[in-house]
Amino acid sequence: MKKLKSTLPNMLLSLTGICLVAGAALAGVNEITTAPIAKSKAATLQAAIKMVTPAFDNNPTTDRYKGVTSEGDSLVIYPAMKDGKLVGVAVESNTKKGFSGEIQVMVGLDTEGTLINYSVLKHSETPGLGSKMEEWFHQDKNKQSVLGRSLSTSALQVGKDGGDVDAITAATISSRAFLDAINRAYSAYSGSKDWDGTTGATAQETKKGDKQ
Amino acid sequence: MSNTKILLNGIIKENPIFVLLLGMCPTLGTTSSAINGLGMGLATTFVLLCSNMAISSVKNLIPDQVRIPGYVVIIASFVTILQMCMEAFVPALYASLGLFIPLIVVNCIVLGRAEAFAAKNGIFSSGLDGLGMGLGFTFALTLLGAVRELLGTGKLFGLEIFPESFGALIFVLAPGAFIALGYLIALVNKLRKA
Repeated sequence: MKKLKSTLPNMLLSLTGICLVAGAALAGVNEITTAPIAKSKAATLQAAIKMVTPAFDNNPTTDRYKGVTSEGDSLVIYPAMKDGKLVGVAVESNTKKGFSGEIQVMVGLDTEGTLINYSVLKHSETPGLGSKMEEWFHQDKNKQSVLGRSLSTSALQVGKDGGDVDAITAATISSRAFLDAINRAYSAYSGSKDWDGTTGATAQETKKGDKQ
Repeated sequence: MSNTKILLNGIIKENPIFVLLLGMCPTLGTTSSAINGLGMGLATTFVLLCSNMAISSVKNLIPDQVRIPGYVVIIASFVTILQMCMEAFVPALYASLGLFIPLIVVNCIVLGRAEAFAAKNGIFSSGLDGLGMGLGFTFALTLLGAVRELLGTGKLFGLEIFPESFGALIFVLAPGAFIALGYLIALVNKLRKA
């Protein structure tokens, strides 16, 4: 077949045709993949809730509610109930103070505000550095682990900011952001406005603002 | 050119990374570990294979003056299809590579091969060319990823070879990517000439 000449009708027809076919193909694939994508997302969420809360017998996803943080925005809270009694909550927390982009963490708290466990849902921190947060804060070495710490008295901070949590080596910004997500989770759960949720990351920002 | 020659052309003689130096952005960005490099390489191979064959089959229906927008739409469609399929069926791989998948659209190897090869050759040889180029890209990315992972963290495909404390952090970061890539290119050029 001879190649089409570059006349206006030819160009219009050709590009319209390509876009129509491409659009139809994308719509078709979208139709096929929507259900599996939603399913795998729901499964990830369920697994994360299960990992960070004590054993429960309700459906946290249907009982979820929104809690307002001290910063004024709201986070989704999944309550874990056993025999109709609240045993803990999983808070889907996030922070925008990461080294690159948003960090989402599922934070499990008991009714006293003690951190039970956490699971990092999404992040785009530097591979090999900030990306270690999933393992780092679980490890019971020096003052790395954040498990079992009580958030009701004061916010968690890294050592550099006067806190008592060891930051990831060479990834202090990511560590600060991670702890910020944890603190925000408690702040949303407790809902108390007077609780001091200032973290290292916030303090740093204020300092920067002062200089300008 | 015989079929084997077309296939080997992309893997060795005109390797997109080591010889043509095309598509550096995903190369440096995704190769912090060998498995990420392999995943990114295979994803690009899929797009190259499909887009080369599709473009070759419709090349006579696209007038010359609008060929680039036409090619870009075709390539972008395949990338989006790949992204949706990965998110649906291999969520674990998608979680680690998701950010880089849309970048395949602007990877100049894909458009470069469409323009340089698929627009002039038949469907079958275009497919072979896409496959060869893709495998060459995969090979280069996996090699670079393995070198950076080994020197930076002491691991290879996640298996510990030596303790992490001996690793040089710089190889996981961007400067290490440039250094490792430079030495690999030098090495490959030396081997090609020998």
